[in-house]
Amino acid sequence: MAFDVGQWLNKNSEGDVLFLFKGEVSNSLVADSLEKIEEKTSEVPSKVKKKIYNVFVECMQNLFHHSSIIPEFGNGIKGKYAICILKQTKTNYQVISGNFIGDKQRNFLEKHITHINSLDSGELKELYKEILDNQEFSDKGGGGLGLVDMSRKSGSKLEYKFSNHENGFFFFELLINIDV
Amino acid sequence: MEPITIAGTPKTPTVSFEPSGKVEIKGRSIPENSIAFYKPLVDWLEEYMQNPATKTEVNIQLEYFNTSSSKCILDVFKKLEAIYKSGNDVAISWYYEEDDEDMLEAGEDYQSIIKIPFKMIEIEE
Repeated sequence: MAFDVGQWLNKNSEGDVLFLFKGEVSNSLVADSLEKIEEKTSEVPSKVKKKIYNVFVECMQNLFHHSSIIPEFGNGIKGKYAICILKQTKTNYQVISGNFIGDKQRNFLEKHITHINSLDSGELKELYKEILDNQEFSDKGGGGLGLVDMSRKSGSKLEYKFSNHENGFFFFELLINIDV
Repeated sequence: MEPITIAGTPKTPTVSFEPSGKVEIKGRSIPENSIAFYKPLVDWLEEYMQNPATKTEVNIQLEYFNTSSSKCILDVFKKLEAIYKSGNDVAISWYYEEDDEDMLEAGEDYQSIIKIPFKMIEIEE
């Protein structure tokens, strides 16, 4: 059975949701969403706030640059459809995203995230600098720098899952915990 | 040579590049297209390095920046490094807000890549 986006969305939008985006991602959406998040987090200590903004911006940019363009799956799920949620829990903040990707990206992400999660903070710093200085990358993609940065800034492991959808697409969910 | 003066926006930093040797980038940097934003700055430095001021003072005071800007900022630093390596005086001051360890660390990352005197300056919120 194909993965049910609606169910996933219901499950993940439980609790104290500060921001939720679902729909086709556009480039200008990144900054516009950030404005909304800033309003919602005005009381959050500056140090945590910046971490939230950083993780959120990288997350939205990844969604924009790397989401597959999907055919109409029903319920307005089409094009560069993606979901991004900012939640506050009792103990931390969470940025949760979901988007559709193809087979190749799944393989890349699986390898890349497994590698990132295996590193300690010193090793992550080295990887970040290596990608920053040694790899050519365009504005489209940072050679995976965004995920490294999210892990560094949040100080937590990246939680992720791939679910089979239709037509060879996978639903990729990513959860980043930002501790207070 | 004309100076560059760009007013900051919620997505892009305030920029001031003066032929007299004052180079400043302040604010936040999450442009929709980082390369398009930073290219004129890198091009300006390319021209400036033909005939730089005796001393180039660089002030970077970023609130936060995205990873696509981080590469562009490195390109700016690489131009400054070239100016330094050809025997000119270049000093970089990297400002970070009190308690913002991430921004301090970001400065240290650049410091370890770029061989120019780097000063870390903490500012009170």
